Amino acid sequence: MNAMATGATRLTGRISNTLARHALIAILFVVVAAFVLWEFDSFDPFLVYQLSSVAYFAVAAAGLTVLTGLNGQLSLGHGALMAVGAYTTALVLKQQADLSPALVLIAASVVTAIASIVVGAAAARLRGPYLAGVTLGLAVALPGVAVRFSNVFGGDAGLNVPALIPPDALSSITPEVWLAWIGLVPAAATFVLLANLVRTRYGRDFRAIREDEVASALYGIKVARTQVLAFVLSGACAGLAGSMMAYTSNLAAPGSFPLTLSLEVLAAIVIGGLGTLPGAVWGALVIVFAPDWIGTLNDAMHLPNAVRDQLPLALFGLVFIVAMLAFPHGIQGGLARFWRWRSVRRRAAAA
Amino acid sequence: MSYFLDLTLTGIAAGMIYAALALALVLIWRATRVVNFAQGALAMTTTYIALGVIQLTGSYWLGFVAALAAGLLLGALAERGLVRWVETGPPLNAVILTLGLLLVLEAVVPMIGGAQIRSFPAPFSISASQIGGVYFALSPFNVFTIGAVLLVMLALLVLFRFTGVGLSMRAAAFAPDVARLLGVRVGRLLSLGWGLASMAGALAGLLVAPTLLLYPNNMDAILVYGFTAAVLGGLDSPIGALVGGLLIGLALSYIGGYLGGDLEAIGALGILIALLMIRPQGLFVHGAERRV
Amino acid sequence: MWQVLEVEGLRVAYGGVTALDGVSLSVPERGITAVLGPNGAGKSTLLRTIAGLVHPGAGRVIYNGTTLTGMRPEEIVRVGVSLVPEGGGSIRELTVEENLKLAHLWRRDAADRRRAMDEVMQLFPPLAVRRHLPAHSLSGGERQMLAIGRALMSRGSLLLLDEPSLGLAPKLVTLIMRTVRDLTSRGLSVLLVEQNARSALSIADEAVLLSSGRTVAARRAGELAKDEELWHAYLGY
Repeated sequence: MNAMATGATRLTGRISNTLARHALIAILFVVVAAFVLWEFDSFDPFLVYQLSSVAYFAVAAAGLTVLTGLNGQLSLGHGALMAVGAYTTALVLKQQADLSPALVLIAASVVTAIASIVVGAAAARLRGPYLAGVTLGLAVALPGVAVRFSNVFGGDAGLNVPALIPPDALSSITPEVWLAWIGLVPAAATFVLLANLVRTRYGRDFRAIREDEVASALYGIKVARTQVLAFVLSGACAGLAGSMMAYTSNLAAPGSFPLTLSLEVLAAIVIGGLGTLPGAVWGALVIVFAPDWIGTLNDAMHLPNAVRDQLPLALFGLVFIVAMLAFPHGIQGGLARFWRWRSVRRRAAAA
Repeated sequence: MSYFLDLTLTGIAAGMIYAALALALVLIWRATRVVNFAQGALAMTTTYIALGVIQLTGSYWLGFVAALAAGLLLGALAERGLVRWVETGPPLNAVILTLGLLLVLEAVVPMIGGAQIRSFPAPFSISASQIGGVYFALSPFNVFTIGAVLLVMLALLVLFRFTGVGLSMRAAAFAPDVARLLGVRVGRLLSLGWGLASMAGALAGLLVAPTLLLYPNNMDAILVYGFTAAVLGGLDSPIGALVGGLLIGLALSYIGGYLGGDLEAIGALGILIALLMIRPQGLFVHGAERRV
Repeated sequence: MWQVLEVEGLRVAYGGVTALDGVSLSVPERGITAVLGPNGAGKSTLLRTIAGLVHPGAGRVIYNGTTLTGMRPEEIVRVGVSLVPEGGGSIRELTVEENLKLAHLWRRDAADRRRAMDEVMQLFPPLAVRRHLPAHSLSGGERQMLAIGRALMSRGSLLLLDEPSLGLAPKLVTLIMRTVRDLTSRGLSVLLVEQNARSALSIADEAVLLSSGRTVAARRAGELAKDEELWHAYLGY
């Protein structure tokens, strides 16, 4: 009895410390970013747009990395879940165009989370390639629904999402900066929440099930329920990301959510490091800025247009292949190894 | 009534194409316990190769043969060069690897051939045939489709059941370690298995291109249908691939015909999910706790 | 007498454990060498190393003048050395006939193949009865018959047998051992690993006693059978 009490105090003590620490980091980050954006309004608007893209990709990647990296459920359908968030945003704004973005983002998250309950329940009993196949089907099939019911979803052309206008109180900042703000705050909040969640019992349960499902069940973990929870969590992130994406591109259309989108999010977490939250950020940065880097490469090498357009995808595919063959741990894993190596060297030098 | 008949006939023809892709997935699953998510992309690639040959030589049949040969080669190379290294590890790695191959193929092919939608010729008329003044929903090309797939399946059946090579391949697939002790060159035969499977996939690509048209991700949906058909029949069962393909072809034809063409994909998804909930091991695989 | 198999100083270690520590032995042409010893002595590892499944840290294996060490298992089989692992090494999903067919795919002549198949069927009537049944439906003894039948049909001239009598009733053990002895009259040589020391020694020419990866004794089978001290020390009774 005593031991349990001590343990509980220690655990909650740890959690609130971690929560406080993470929240502090996030708030600091957001404040710095806001300052930078506010002051430097001569910022290239395209760069700001890219930062918004990094923000929503990172959110989607964070959700997927918890689901696939921690919990071991491979989902190829997160693009479709992002579509749910995007279309929810467009439809809500159609009803009431001046609704606060915060409410819209939350609504999109919640709706997608509910949809994820259904998908997650179906997925909870599936493993490996079967799960991949079903989620693949989801990614391929969802655009068709939007086209079929085009009176609701706007068919191939999709639905418009009105441009974000900064509120009157902040009318001095440009719309692009406001948009980046709308991207950074939810992203920071998401990461704080996820970072804390993975340290709780839920995070441990996710990992435990991935390591050894049978043992977890014997240990008392309710496997199916936990699997669905992981799915709902990552689905909520995807929905949030989709909503942010709708604001960023002012559009919710089937063409924005091809299979390759789902694969890009997967690429982000493979590149960044499966199962690590910082890895989700690395991966998002790579995914968004890769076409730029390839653009510079193109200028240097004068590649034909056809090659240049397809090169990002080809490279992501190559990353998948090379990662599976040689480097299962991505950037974050590489960094972790580097730190370990350095600390070992330091200790050896000090000795 | 005649609408239903039309849908049934076209459903059978489409089903044979799904069956061919399903067979490719089944053969690879049996050989190496991997679901080859790049199988559709491989079929798309071989169809582009066929188009190139057709444009170069003016002969459809040369292009046809070229596609099948390319399928054989690419499949064997994929196994030997890439998949072999992930065959024994966690299944997630193999899935990601084949997805990587899918991305590479869907990006590299338009680099060479352009991303625009192209038409692809058919060796026989694709419009409905006429028998004695009555329109018959099955076109000559549909008949060719059904015949070609059946022929290929028969040939593979004969190969596996009645030849030494086929026996060795089955041995290599069932028990590679034991087979090695019997002198079976397991590695080579697994590559051959992948090559034959990709040949079947190449056939599917050729048969679907005239109506579906040719563009870099035209096989994405077909992969999903083929996978559904393979799961329906049982991932271990080639016969299952045929039956599964036909059933999916019919189901999708009815869904498309009565509920709207854009719902085919979601219909396939619904069937797949229902299948995996009710009978995950498929129709033709007996017993044994098949954990999906 | 020509030694069809020479094993020199074989050393195998994995996971920090030394399974074989400089083992040497030989198998005479058309003869049987028995490898005996308590559990964990390294007997199975020895066979698996010769068959190419395990790579030795040191030592050589020479078969009819060809160095086997470093070759892949399927190549070693093609050279003429067949390992029959514990349990018979058949493929459960294939039929009896298919398992046998696998062994003689190398024969060019169809008539030759039929002759070899008939020969095995005559030798082991239970196999003929279950010809078209899958191998997993066979009993333990029938599986050993299948294993030896397969060995007969392969192009091998050296057989590595890993505990063929394991789990078999005494009458079957006698039959199996007798059949193994008969194999030598067909030109085969045998390296026989056995727990059942007595039956092994009853048909063997040479005998090697292993313990903890080392050779404790290597002499003619008859001599070893009479050495009571060794029996008590290593073979338990």
